[in-house]
Amino acid sequence: MDTVRSTMDLPATLDHLPHALAFAEKEAEAAGVMQKKLTGLSLAVEEAFVNICTHAYKGGAGQVELACFTGFEPFPHSFVLEISDYGPEFDLLSIPEPDTSLGIEEREIGGLGVHFIRHFTDHTDWRRENGKNILRLIFHCKDVQRG
Amino acid sequence: MEISKTQTADAIKLTISGRLDSLTCVQLSNEIDSIKKEGNFNLIFDFETLEYISSAGLRVLLTTQKHANSSGTRLELKNINDTVKEVLDMTGFSRILNIVK
Repeated sequence: MDTVRSTMDLPATLDHLPHALAFAEKEAEAAGVMQKKLTGLSLAVEEAFVNICTHAYKGGAGQVELACFTGFEPFPHSFVLEISDYGPEFDLLSIPEPDTSLGIEEREIGGLGVHFIRHFTDHTDWRRENGKNILRLIFHCKDVQRG
Repeated sequence: MEISKTQTADAIKLTISGRLDSLTCVQLSNEIDSIKKEGNFNLIFDFETLEYISSAGLRVLLTTQKHANSSGTRLELKNINDTVKEVLDMTGFSRILNIVK
């Protein structure tokens, strides 16, 4: 059974990014996520949050909902953060990985955000539910072996 | 984030402290734009006290490196710590940016 630890609703604007990151870090730390993983966690959350601010509401007003869980099967010893928006259906995880081997002139910045999300989480998935895009980021806590 | 600017013999050094993220990267872009307006200068970014860099920060580095290449100037990244190094390594940016010890 999932245990909801905490939730936060914020306007989908960049100036609320520090609130989202402070909330995610505080909850993750309290749930037992290792200190050294917190920077990566923030990077993943930033990319997801900024993506919503930039694309979900096409410049109009909207909300970002953050919800933290623990006790999530099959990763009971993990911290789970769901980031939701009410924009049109869009799976951020469908964006292909960027080619990180390209030279400087060929390099584009697009696609790096989702690369950060995949790299700094232990598991991630997306679903459309009740008119929301729900991106779930999972971080194992210290007593769980990765892989 | 804080930026302090120092003129060296042949470059302008920007020491960047704190978090270079989607919100603060504009501050660095503006600083670089104002330097560009003054002329073509070699740039050094000192990252010793940079705690965090997201893809928005990488975008500024990429744009600045491309400008350096096209204007015949040099961009050096100095004092990269482990946190920033992990981000540069995982994105392949360590290979395309000029990192010096």
